[in-house]
Amino acid sequence: MSEYNVAKVLDLKGLPCPMPVVKISQEIGTVAVGEIIEVLTTDPGSLSDFPAWASTTGNEVLGSEQGNPIKIYVKRCK
Amino acid sequence: MSVDVTQQLAELQAKVEALPPGKKHKLSMIVFSGDLDKMLAAMIIATGAGAMGMEVVQFYTFWGTAALRDPVKKAGGKDLMSTMFGWMLPKGRNKLNLSQMHMGGMGTAMLKDLMTKKNTASLDQLFEIAQMVNVKIKVCEMSMDLMGFSRSELIDYPDMEFCGVATFLADASDSSVQLFI
Repeated sequence: MSEYNVAKVLDLKGLPCPMPVVKISQEIGTVAVGEIIEVLTTDPGSLSDFPAWASTTGNEVLGSEQGNPIKIYVKRCK
Repeated sequence: MSVDVTQQLAELQAKVEALPPGKKHKLSMIVFSGDLDKMLAAMIIATGAGAMGMEVVQFYTFWGTAALRDPVKKAGGKDLMSTMFGWMLPKGRNKLNLSQMHMGGMGTAMLKDLMTKKNTASLDQLFEIAQMVNVKIKVCEMSMDLMGFSRSELIDYPDMEFCGVATFLADASDSSVQLFI
């Protein structure tokens, strides 16, 4: 299990670019500030896209786990 | 002493006000080509930018305007040249061809088939997402006139307006990213 206290799991498996960032931008508002979303994705590009998205939108990627699916932990910061 | 500070503050304020406006977190994009592949790139970048919280403006000009035609809407009252252009240009985003490897339609059909198999977003889906992330569409009035397109034959899009080059330049000059596709 993950080391993070996850508020929501977002399953984006099978969705290629640009859907992962589109989906996270829509879903981030559904959790409270400070809560964490676990994203499941099969798109390897997301590993660099999510930190880029987070830095421009003022959120935070806490970490990611390689694997199938890839897991990315996103914290809503504002 | 305090008079000095007040004066310095006023001078500083005047200086700040005189500074040129800064760049916004904004993308201005010219959609010129009207090829399927370039259109996909334009829409993926635009929707991605929207998801990044950027303000996004797309300017459709020249061949790009054909991608905004509605496949069923008809516009009457055209002269011969406009009617001919209407026939020759693609009737909407789903009739666009690849810029390379079109091969009489075979290459384009193959790519569309691959996109379905690999679950890549189609232009229809990308336009839907564009609406959701508030991508603004601005259409070059001069291209519309040149190609003989009327506004009544374009798709329904909530944030669409018609403009000229000055509108693009005004948008582009306060954008942090500008693209020509």
